[in-house]
Amino acid sequence: MSDKKKITVSIMDGPFENARTVTALRLIDIAARRGYDITVFAYEGAVSLAFAKQTPHANAVHGRDAAEEDHPLPREWVASLIQTASANGGSLDWINCGLCVDERGMSEAVPGIRRGSPADLWKAADASDGTLTIGTR
Amino acid sequence: MPKRILQIIDTPYRCTLEEQDDPAIWITHAMRGAGGEFGLLLRGSAVNYAVKGQDAAGLTIGGRKQTQPPRLENDLARLMEKDVPVYVVQEDVEERGLSAGELLPGVHSVNRTGVAALFGEFDAIWHW
Repeated sequence: MSDKKKITVSIMDGPFENARTVTALRLIDIAARRGYDITVFAYEGAVSLAFAKQTPHANAVHGRDAAEEDHPLPREWVASLIQTASANGGSLDWINCGLCVDERGMSEAVPGIRRGSPADLWKAADASDGTLTIGTR
Repeated sequence: MPKRILQIIDTPYRCTLEEQDDPAIWITHAMRGAGGEFGLLLRGSAVNYAVKGQDAAGLTIGGRKQTQPPRLENDLARLMEKDVPVYVVQEDVEERGLSAGELLPGVHSVNRTGVAALFGEFDAIWHW
């Protein structure tokens, strides 16, 4: 029996606000390294995770310039996860909820992101071995 | 046969004024339209969504008046019209001083001890 799984993850939180975001990305990372076929439905604030214009900055409190601070950017993590999934024989289909993109003005995403709707979440979940929804609080 | 999914909401009014709805209820409507099959369980303070007669109209910030306030009662009623059963946890209703007569007709009450059995009626549980 194949170990390859299909999973769907739905997330709602934007970047830099709470631990749920990194927890979700870590779980997706594990699945990507295992070569799973992953669908991520980024809903509401989560559409900001792949926003192309996220920019690193220096940190005077830490005493570091921008290069030294090496501030992680979720858009880099998302782009890298897509590559990691592919490199391990799987896939990551990252879907931004279209209406959520519109109301937030988050129309510029890193390459590999597509616009979708709740129907995409439903179809992906129906075809998946398991689905995880991480709502916001 | 599509999977039957129980949606659980326990944190209400997170962004209902900005979004003019509850996002978990809204997405349930949308996925139902795409052919999905769902139930909705309201727990904790979210049982308040099932109260009749809520009126969030009148919000004005600066000069910007909100013309389409959230109408959660209507959203739940329309879900039930689409054959999505809506459940509330009875103890959560009572703890908040609400009575059955204050709730929308058609909402099903389930005791806390009955929630596990309710889960068993669905293929998957999505907790928003």
